[in-house]
Amino acid sequence: MTTTMPLPRLIRLDDYAPVLGSGEVAELRALASRLQGRTVEMVNSTAVGGGVAEILSRLVPILQELGLAVRWDVITGGNDFFEITKAFHNALHGGPYGMPPASFEIFLAYNEQNRARLQLDAEFTVIHDPQPVALIEARRNRSGHWIWRCHIDLSQPNPTVWSFLEPYVIRYDGAIFSSPEFSRQLPIPQYLFYPCIDPLAEKNRELEPELIRATLERFGIDPQRTILTQISRFDRLKDPVGVVRAYQGVKRYLDCQLVLAGGGAADDPEGGAVLEEVRQAAGGDPDIHLLELPPWSALEINALQRGSTIIIQKSLREGFGLTVTEALWKKKPVVASAVGGIPTQVIHKHTGMLAHSVEGAAYQIRFLLSNPATAARLGEQGHEHVREHFLITSNVKRYLTLFLRLLCP
Amino acid sequence: MSTAKQPFHFVTASYVTRISDQKATNLSELCQGLDNSSDASVFYHTFQSLSRHHFLTEGFSNDFAQWVLAACNRPQLAEQLAALDIRDYLSLAELRGDLRRIVAEYCQANPQHAEQTAFEPFFFCEGMEVTVPLGLEAWTLEDFRGGLERLSHASFYYHFIASRLRLQLRTNDFSLWLSTSMGLNGLAQRANRIDIYTNTLESARDILVSLVKEELSR
Repeated sequence: MTTTMPLPRLIRLDDYAPVLGSGEVAELRALASRLQGRTVEMVNSTAVGGGVAEILSRLVPILQELGLAVRWDVITGGNDFFEITKAFHNALHGGPYGMPPASFEIFLAYNEQNRARLQLDAEFTVIHDPQPVALIEARRNRSGHWIWRCHIDLSQPNPTVWSFLEPYVIRYDGAIFSSPEFSRQLPIPQYLFYPCIDPLAEKNRELEPELIRATLERFGIDPQRTILTQISRFDRLKDPVGVVRAYQGVKRYLDCQLVLAGGGAADDPEGGAVLEEVRQAAGGDPDIHLLELPPWSALEINALQRGSTIIIQKSLREGFGLTVTEALWKKKPVVASAVGGIPTQVIHKHTGMLAHSVEGAAYQIRFLLSNPATAARLGEQGHEHVREHFLITSNVKRYLTLFLRLLCP
Repeated sequence: MSTAKQPFHFVTASYVTRISDQKATNLSELCQGLDNSSDASVFYHTFQSLSRHHFLTEGFSNDFAQWVLAACNRPQLAEQLAALDIRDYLSLAELRGDLRRIVAEYCQANPQHAEQTAFEPFFFCEGMEVTVPLGLEAWTLEDFRGGLERLSHASFYYHFIASRLRLQLRTNDFSLWLSTSMGLNGLAQRANRIDIYTNTLESARDILVSLVKEELSR
């Protein structure tokens, strides 16, 4: 029989003290003491699913516990609205925009509907991502403080979509980006808030060694042997075939197994094709484990990460790369590509190893397997890096600090 | 137990990072950036960098040196930049001047490297500070020890590292109080000698707590 560490039914701020230290929790309380009763409204487009909803579902209760009057509102819209915002999303990442010109009117009409429905009278209004960006129209006489939190990479946006959105964005008091690389040149202040993970969430909390072992065995992985793992969708941009090649480069010298675990193959035609390419590259090697995991596999992912010897993230393009954050938090040595937000997390030779090619990744893995003391040091330092910068509590602190700065510039 | 002339007030500081419009894609642009960036930006990439990466106790001292090494592959220049010890500076203007001079001299001596595109750009940022009292004060050395043990990293950093600029003295808040309010000059000097480059904030605090305990046991 396997057991898991007990998880509090309702996570309270004090539950973070063993992770952060009581001084850090006291500091959050000290910062919040000057914001007691201040009203905050967070607005996004989904209540569940997706990284933003995941962050808000922890951020909002913590801010409330700290004494701020926080409300979280989710905008509504028809399928046509969400098709348009999905197209916006892809276009803002640099893709083409194929929707008709009327799509902009539909977008604004839904924003207008939501504007009529929502209160939008808080002292601090934080609008997340492009979907509700036009709610800034609700602001009267520059009342309150309005912030736009952009969770996506705007470094190379499609000009048609960006030129439509920008006039709304620049009416805010400031914009928050996840990385300097993702920001734009704007006439309003831009702030840096890293994405974050919750150390007490199912995907990140401590697990009993027995549960980790049992999970590995359930997937046919030998816990006694070296395990290299990449957790990612079966997507060409995550370069799973490159990971197989790197593993093969390691296996010539050192015994190891490879785990490629992720979703995307069942519901995405391209995912299925990529999985097939990976199967071919694997060539029937019994030490390569391809795991198609459903979206509710947080515990399994946690166990796979914790049971691994080295975590790989050999992406060709990446957003921030929260799977790297998760691995670092678990004190795992990481070998990753220097793309997107990864170099912010993996400081080469300090908190992990960066690689620029299949051969480079294979070499760094071999180096770490041959130098376990170095691997352990990187893991420890990576954990501290996450503790300082990429936890939900750091995000809470950034919001408190920003609100205080806005009150007293 | 002796009582201080003035209590020590523990404060914490929190920073929100502002992304500036400036970036550098080569050493020459870094030099220009150092000319034009704000004091808050020089502070962020030097003093605050030490705090943000305090858990790295070897080979990482400021963002400029790290970028020159990792993105420009210029270890000689990186070493020169890393060798600047923020404890030697009482003003950001002075620190900026030295950073700029070192980069400019390198570019002049190695023009072939000055315009080479870095592997990734350097983005200039600024740290915007908010300070909040923790409601903790020390009238005695015992109170002081108790307060130290309860401090967050940010608070310790504020009093021990960032204070040097604020005070415009080659000391820190803790040493200043120990010396001027408690008359403990020896302890103040020992505290001021704790190496912030080879310790984490946590280990530096532990050393300071040990020094205070030693003093208490005399």
